[in-house]
Amino acid sequence: MSNIPYILEDRPDTGLNNSKLGIWIFLASEVMLFGGLFSAYVFLRIAAPEGDFDKWGSKLNVPMATFNTMVLITSSVTMVMSWASLKLQQFDKYKMYLGITILCALAFLVVKYFEYTSKFEANVYPSSSTFMGIYFTLTGLHVLHIIGGLFVLIYFWTKQADKMWEENQDLLANRIEITGLYWHFVDLVWIFLFPILYLL
Amino acid sequence: MSDSHHHEETFFQKYIWSVDHKVIGIQYGITSLLFLLFGFSLMAVMRYQLAYPEQVIPYIGNWFFSESGGVMLPENYNTLGAMHGTIMIFLGVVPLAVGAFGNYLVPLQIGAPDMAFPKLNAASYWSYFVGGVIMTASFFTPEGAARSGWTSYPPLSIFESGQTMWLLGMVFLITSSLLGSMNIIVTIVQLRAPGLTWFRLPFFIWSQLVTSFLLILAFPPLEAAAVLQLMDRLAGTSFFLPSGLVYAGSGVEAYGSGSPLLWQHLFWFLAHPEVYVLILPAIGIVGEILANNTRKPLWGYKSLIYAIGFLGFMSFIVWAHHMFLTGMGQSMSAFFQLTTMIISIPSVVVLTAFFISLWGGSIRFNTPMLFALSFLPMFGIGGLTGLPLGVAASDIFLHDTYYVIGHFHYVVAPGTLFALFAGIYYWFPKVTGKKLSESLGKLHFYPSFLAMNGVFMPMFIQGLAGLSRRMYDGGQQYAHASDVVHWNEFMTISAFILGLAQIPFILNIFITLSSKKSEERNPWKSTTIEWSAPSPPLPHVNFDSAVEVYHGPYEYSVPGKEKDFCIQTVK
Repeated sequence: MSNIPYILEDRPDTGLNNSKLGIWIFLASEVMLFGGLFSAYVFLRIAAPEGDFDKWGSKLNVPMATFNTMVLITSSVTMVMSWASLKLQQFDKYKMYLGITILCALAFLVVKYFEYTSKFEANVYPSSSTFMGIYFTLTGLHVLHIIGGLFVLIYFWTKQADKMWEENQDLLANRIEITGLYWHFVDLVWIFLFPILYLL
Repeated sequence: MSDSHHHEETFFQKYIWSVDHKVIGIQYGITSLLFLLFGFSLMAVMRYQLAYPEQVIPYIGNWFFSESGGVMLPENYNTLGAMHGTIMIFLGVVPLAVGAFGNYLVPLQIGAPDMAFPKLNAASYWSYFVGGVIMTASFFTPEGAARSGWTSYPPLSIFESGQTMWLLGMVFLITSSLLGSMNIIVTIVQLRAPGLTWFRLPFFIWSQLVTSFLLILAFPPLEAAAVLQLMDRLAGTSFFLPSGLVYAGSGVEAYGSGSPLLWQHLFWFLAHPEVYVLILPAIGIVGEILANNTRKPLWGYKSLIYAIGFLGFMSFIVWAHHMFLTGMGQSMSAFFQLTTMIISIPSVVVLTAFFISLWGGSIRFNTPMLFALSFLPMFGIGGLTGLPLGVAASDIFLHDTYYVIGHFHYVVAPGTLFALFAGIYYWFPKVTGKKLSESLGKLHFYPSFLAMNGVFMPMFIQGLAGLSRRMYDGGQQYAHASDVVHWNEFMTISAFILGLAQIPFILNIFITLSSKKSEERNPWKSTTIEWSAPSPPLPHVNFDSAVEVYHGPYEYSVPGKEKDFCIQTVK
């Protein structure tokens, strides 16, 4: 399979390598997935009785979500730093920055866990109202994306990365760049979720 | 180049867990053909019920409907209908058109050694396989398979049994399509052989490219809708349940304030582009075969490409013409009516270009060409009968009648399926190195062609007379249907003949496979790149010499040349 061209080097006329085009197309489909859900949110908000979304929306914990927003923005920055470190041939720094990214992702999940459980303890479930339903669906799907990304990040933090670094530095840098694009997208989804669910 | 000969692969490595696009294409092909047969059988049982309502179904009735003494109950009919649609579209035609033809031919036609992401390709197939297993297994669960139609309209789909398995199966099928289409796009953009510029691509490649874009952008909203419906069923939310809903005689205990229309919007936002996912690869296949068998270039190659590109774009803004009956309002109806009329223009451009391609050609009437030729009028009938459905005023009368069933089956069954058959006959020599028998092929074509029309043409008559398409007894209880209800028997007999007509096809495949290989590279004297590869192409590398492209895809009968065709890789 090594005879497939443009795995790492860019094709001259398109200016892209395969994985970069692939991840952008994948992200386009993700935009449509969350776009569908965001449109559903708009549709349901218009259809809901006056003040219904506001009433239930005020039950959410804004300070926790603000903290989580900061955490995710930090993780995006460290993600870029880890890729930049690879490009600068600094493997130790790469590991450190990627480690911070992983910790941020874990911190996000822990905060989200406490947010969810506090809702359940107050007897607030997805079935409690349409707002709560769309809240749990949107944030739940986002959490699944975080968990998926977390697996990839951890994989590139283990011994596998050391091996790849010795064998093919360009491949590792390419993989981290692709992972980063996905990670930024997941953060971006949160940047949209935060205002429409917590602030509006 | 001889990498693959260094190590011996076991049977499982070679044929089951393969990452070679050709093996995966064949896996897709075999699985989807089996599902097509399965979906057809479901329909055959339904058709028996429609012609002879409430009679014991012979042979199989006592197995499947034992609790009712071999008679089909309304809920059985609903299950068969829902699963016939689901299986034919999501497990049959799309995997055959995009999974099998796309996987096998795209790398070959662009001179690439494989797809851009071989492992993702295998993941796509296995995700499809799991989705198929879930759908099939749902028949054997205590709840039974889904029975809310392939469209799964709420509120019914929230309460009816079997729907959870359907939604889970769909999640896998959607994932498979997304991985597959992403792979096809990257392959076409990145792996084109040197010299193969955009306007030297065969028309089939263009049709696969547009199809893949439709899949990648239209499927995710259905995934979103499926997630919302799963939440409604499992977590007790009420996204699709309005306030004050009464079901089976009692009020529904839910928060309410949801909207059944939301599902329809999300669903048809996928399902209209999906129609073009079904038809575009078929158009691509027909284009290739027409050019080859008229021995002249495809007429209007560039206008065809622009037409299908425009078709793809427009297909995203016509979805609500499926919803004229929902009372969504005059201005919405007017908008979608207008876009629907506009989208018929590129379809007419395609058909016109194909008909002009026939003009003055020295046509060879071999089996692939017969299927491709019959595609033209059949797709034409399917398209033209769609116009009255695109106009709100006439749609309100026709929408719930058999006219709609007739219309979309003309597009998909004698349309797309015939093109896919044409493709199978045309590329079989490339895949196996052996040519299918022409006489058995004709024995397959003529009865199929007549029976197809026998099944679907009377549906227009019934529909115009106002026969509802949702009656499990074929509409016997309606006085206004009494003049047309006798057609049911004719259609059922035609359907069984159609089933029998597939026997020569199946026999043909097995007889040809057991015959001696000719290994001829270019039996049809064609011009596109795949015909310069060995038959079958080499594992993992496809071509035995470096591919370079010198001219466009349809250099047939070029004046002054010795031969009447010139392969793209030859100067």
